[in-house]
Amino acid sequence: MSGYLTAEETQALLLSLRVSFVAVAVALPFALATALLLSRRNFPGKLLIDGIVHVPLVLPPVAMGYLLLIALGTRAPLGAWLLAHFGLRFVFSWTGAALAAAIITFPFQVRGIRLSLESIDKGLHDAARTLGAGALDRFINITLPLALPGIVAVAITAFAASLGEFGAIITFVSNIPGETRTLPLAIYTALQTPGGEAEAARLAALSIALALVFMTIAEYAARRARTKP
Amino acid sequence: MIEISLRHRLGAFTLDAEFRAGPGITALFGPSGAGKTSIVNAIAGLVHPCEGRIVVDGCVLLDTENGIDIPAHQRRIACVFQDARLFPHMNVKANLLFGWRRAQTRASEGEITRIITMLGLEHLLARKPARLSGGEKSRVGLGRALLSSPTLLLLDEPLAALDDARKSEILPYLERLRDEVPMLYVSHSVDEVLRLSNDVVLLRDGHVTGTGSVFQFASGEIGDAATGGVIDARVTAHRDDGLSELSFDGGMLIVSRVNRTIGSALRVRIRAEDVMLAREEPRAISANNVLPAEILDVRETSAAQADIILRCGAAHFTARITRASLARLGLAPGQKVFAIVKSVTIDPQI
Repeated sequence: MSGYLTAEETQALLLSLRVSFVAVAVALPFALATALLLSRRNFPGKLLIDGIVHVPLVLPPVAMGYLLLIALGTRAPLGAWLLAHFGLRFVFSWTGAALAAAIITFPFQVRGIRLSLESIDKGLHDAARTLGAGALDRFINITLPLALPGIVAVAITAFAASLGEFGAIITFVSNIPGETRTLPLAIYTALQTPGGEAEAARLAALSIALALVFMTIAEYAARRARTKP
Repeated sequence: MIEISLRHRLGAFTLDAEFRAGPGITALFGPSGAGKTSIVNAIAGLVHPCEGRIVVDGCVLLDTENGIDIPAHQRRIACVFQDARLFPHMNVKANLLFGWRRAQTRASEGEITRIITMLGLEHLLARKPARLSGGEKSRVGLGRALLSSPTLLLLDEPLAALDDARKSEILPYLERLRDEVPMLYVSHSVDEVLRLSNDVVLLRDGHVTGTGSVFQFASGEIGDAATGGVIDARVTAHRDDGLSELSFDGGMLIVSRVNRTIGSALRVRIRAEDVMLAREEPRAISANNVLPAEILDVRETSAAQADIILRCGAAHFTARITRASLARLGLAPGQKVFAIVKSVTIDPQI
């Protein structure tokens, strides 16, 4: 790889992978919980929660990054509190990039997981109940295994989408080499630099290759989810 | 012993049903929309009726008056569904043992083997449900329900999704289960009810319109599905002339050689059209089966026909004759007659 990429470019690639991985790992459990909540029968406030979940899907990512900056800046109340009590600092840090990517891809994850949960035959739950399985038992032994291929497909798609996140990251955590400069930010930087077109082209080609690889895997997983065993 | 009393409203539909069921198979018989599935779901605990009381073997599962409503997974009532509902991600063995693992009193290893053998599932244990035929799925569904050691087994039209060939594949297995556990068998098929059940609860528009034995159901004393009669008999002899003798409470039937051991129980069905009546004992006659009987009831079912309900010992069956014959013979309830049974149906066994 070092023959093709410079040290800085490799750094951007590895950072992108790390940011995306953490983003998905953090968001997925919350997305699963939200999807479970929304796939159950109606409850008051369901429409509101459904709406809030989908906000990042329609909000410009730059606006989302700005909101994060306001909320989690070290001088903002929430940001200051997190720093004081947990030593968590998001601004200008790669963890902030992961948080931004997590929030931007959250609606996809909820929608995807909800679809796979709702495609499970309700009759199987009833069958499990009559056979002595309580709620948690049914979740672990029926719901999760049957939704798993769908959840995997969702996770891979979210991972690939996180690799491409630009607006929210650059607004929230800036463009710091080695810390927050992920692949798209590196492409942007190269284009801003005189004579950087070749580098931008290389990184764009790399991004396309990554996208193709992960979307192929995701599509394979989704197909397996549809044609259940 | 099962006591059911339910009142439930669902839109325009009102369920108001009360009945008791004993051991063996009790059929819940009625047309679509009679409330059969609602009753089954309420007993299983999958729906919660507005008012009701459900007692199985002295155990109160539901008593809305006293605020008792045991959750479905603690009721020990297993269901066999029309669409089998096998867990697609588990193989047959894991499906079979799903309820067993969660049972309060687990069947022994030997018992598991016995049920697997009884249902003919030995060679299917490693398969996923997607690779089973419709009939095999039904059998696995039955085995899974049985192995959860239920106090009551609910069967909600378990054969309705199968074609005739598959139905006749499953029916013998259901017959074998008759002595295993009390069952409520939902059906709208007269044939299945006659073949399997001991008792019948008739349902229409959410109400119980009659209850009685399958013998009363077959003879038309309850319901309007009179087909003739059902007799539970026992093989007493295989004769040299290619015939077998069956005895029942009320007499003896001579039938073509049956392929069962002497002493085994079997159910014989008689079609009302195959029964002739005589006021005096016929002597020179080709029919082998002439049974003395008493007329219980006479029903003129159409302009030309009448059903004569007969009792022969404990057995009840119906003769379908023309009203012209009825008038000529002057038949009336209470009379002694001779029933000439031209042919009987004996269901094949495995």
